[in-house]
Amino acid sequence: MIEGEGFWKFLERQIRVIIARAYVRVVGMNREPSWMLFDVSLPVLYLAAYLFLYKSMNADETFMGCLVLGGSMVGFWMNVLWGMAGQFYWEKEMGNLQIFFLSPISRMSILIGMALGGMYSTIIRTLVTFFLASWLFHVPFHVTNIWTLLAVFFLTLTALYGLGMIGSSVFMLWGRKGLFLTELLHEPVFFLSGFYFPVRILGFVVAGIASVLPITLGLDGMRQVIYGGVTNIIFLPVGTEILLLGILTVLYGIGACYFLNVMEKRAKQDGRILTRWL
Amino acid sequence: MTPAVLTGDLGRTFTAKPFGSKSHKPVTVTALSHVNLEIPPGELFGLLGPNGAGKTTLIRILSTLLLPSYGKAFVGGYDIETHPQKIRSLINMVSGGETSGYGMLTARESLWLFTQFYGIPYNEAFKRIDYLLKVVGLEDRANVKLHDLSTGMRQKVNFARGFLNNPSVLFLDEPTLGLDVHIARGVRTFIKEWMKEEEGRTILLTTHYLQEAEQLCDRVAIISDGKIIACDTPDGLKKLIPGRIRLELVIQPVNGRTPSWNDITGLNLIEEKEADNEILFRFLLNDEGIVHHIMNRLVNSEARILSLKKHEPDLEDVFVAITGKKLCDDETAEPPEIPEQ
Ligand SMILES: Nc1ncnc2c1ncn2[C@@H]1O[C@H](COP(=O)(O)OP(=O)(O)O)[C@@H](O)[C@H]1O
Ligand SMILES: [Mg+2]
Repeated sequence: MIEGEGFWKFLERQIRVIIARAYVRVVGMNREPSWMLFDVSLPVLYLAAYLFLYKSMNADETFMGCLVLGGSMVGFWMNVLWGMAGQFYWEKEMGNLQIFFLSPISRMSILIGMALGGMYSTIIRTLVTFFLASWLFHVPFHVTNIWTLLAVFFLTLTALYGLGMIGSSVFMLWGRKGLFLTELLHEPVFFLSGFYFPVRILGFVVAGIASVLPITLGLDGMRQVIYGGVTNIIFLPVGTEILLLGILTVLYGIGACYFLNVMEKRAKQDGRILTRWL
Repeated sequence: MTPAVLTGDLGRTFTAKPFGSKSHKPVTVTALSHVNLEIPPGELFGLLGPNGAGKTTLIRILSTLLLPSYGKAFVGGYDIETHPQKIRSLINMVSGGETSGYGMLTARESLWLFTQFYGIPYNEAFKRIDYLLKVVGLEDRANVKLHDLSTGMRQKVNFARGFLNNPSVLFLDEPTLGLDVHIARGVRTFIKEWMKEEEGRTILLTTHYLQEAEQLCDRVAIISDGKIIACDTPDGLKKLIPGRIRLELVIQPVNGRTPSWNDITGLNLIEEKEADNEILFRFLLNDEGIVHHIMNRLVNSEARILSLKKHEPDLEDVFVAITGKKLCDDETAEPPEIPEQ
């Protein structure tokens, strides 16, 4: 907040920043609709391979559902990893990072704007992928409670993007090592979060540890609601998962603010983080 | 009256690992050393110094991107350490040679995004954007995506960005770096006009082009190795070296014999260029009497004098006289063409 500025004026400015930064992603998607084609067709192809295998094995339909949902939600993990956690790095390359830190704005507004913009385009992709895959491969779904579904879905996203925001500052502190870490994290997370199978299979302890990644809880919760009434794949009851996701959202939100401050302080002290060539 | 910029004993050091060296012992680099500056509102203040002198470091401290190692700095009367957000609402900064924005957005949209950082309403924002795009000569490219613009054009968009919020203190770090001669000229003209447009606007401009400092700035500080070694109006600075004159001599050596100058006291050889059996010497003389010694040496060496010109000293001569160093270490770096006034 700028001294002498009222709270509402401050809030108005932050909302402007959030909208402006989110706009970049929305426009980006609309201007390059061909991206959509890749972003949808690749996951669908990937899913097809597994689904044909499952079908040939006469696997239970709930397992196919697991697969379709997981495969559709992959986009969020990719977006958080590359679009959120890696974003400050790219902003620096584009010369924008320094300008953010030169402006009288809350840096969180920038991150929130990025997150909302990223969510918008990823939600569209996810929905298209999900319905397309369900239709193509005849995987029926039956939503038991739309409100529970929305709650799990949005809390998963808030917690997940909160984690991404932490990543964006932490990666700046780590420099290039951060990018290597991103690549390193990629596959293990796919596995641990149970994108392609119910996480319960990993056992309670591993699934519990994997639950620090909101997507683990989110997938498990959403599967329960979307493929109505299945019980054989459940890790935790949906209610518990909603609660845990709420807690993760708060924790990661606080963490994001904390690491952002640490990063800014460090940047101002050693003068290397914000500028492109240092 | 509150100074627009005030620094007290400001200093900054960096520790860096020596590049390419095997030892891991970090070295300490002094970027700024005990800087005291006071810039009143309404002044176009220049900071002139060679590469590595500490100009960018000072700008980054004043624009709240970097903390000093010691000393104090105030912008618009606010302490950079305790009131950075307040300062940010008053300032803007442009580094020459840099670009900003998003390739997917048009020039107009990118600039709109930056206006939102200052809470500028929609209509007002686009009015300023269109005006500034015209200033940098991009009105016909306003709706072209940034990644379809050349680097030079993107630099101009970034230059326009600095003026979006009508800053009361504007930091321009080598604003004409890398620009074409005629665009650099336009930029300088605009900077002057912008200062006149509203009373009390302040610019701190860094440059290593001495003519730029001389032509544009009300006052100039000369910085070298992190220290401000002189600070005055351009004319005032020249008075620091009274009686000095500059000579430009072109000769044709005979039998390969060139005169030697090094034992003449009060004579400072600034430049020596050889081409097509002609040699150009640029001297800075402590007083006119030294011309006599030069002529003697020429006679002894039997060289042919092709031309001999006498000049009033300029800021570069001041720089050389005070630091004993040249301003431009890069021989090929031509200073920008300055328009006739
Ligand atoms: N982040 C940094 N880390 C280490 N050294 C730095 C850093 N920033 C600047 N320096 C050093 O400080 C000195 C001044 O640099 P700078 O302010 O960029 O000079 P100028 O802008 O006048 O060319 C140089 O020796 C430069 O190498
Ligand atoms: Mg510099």
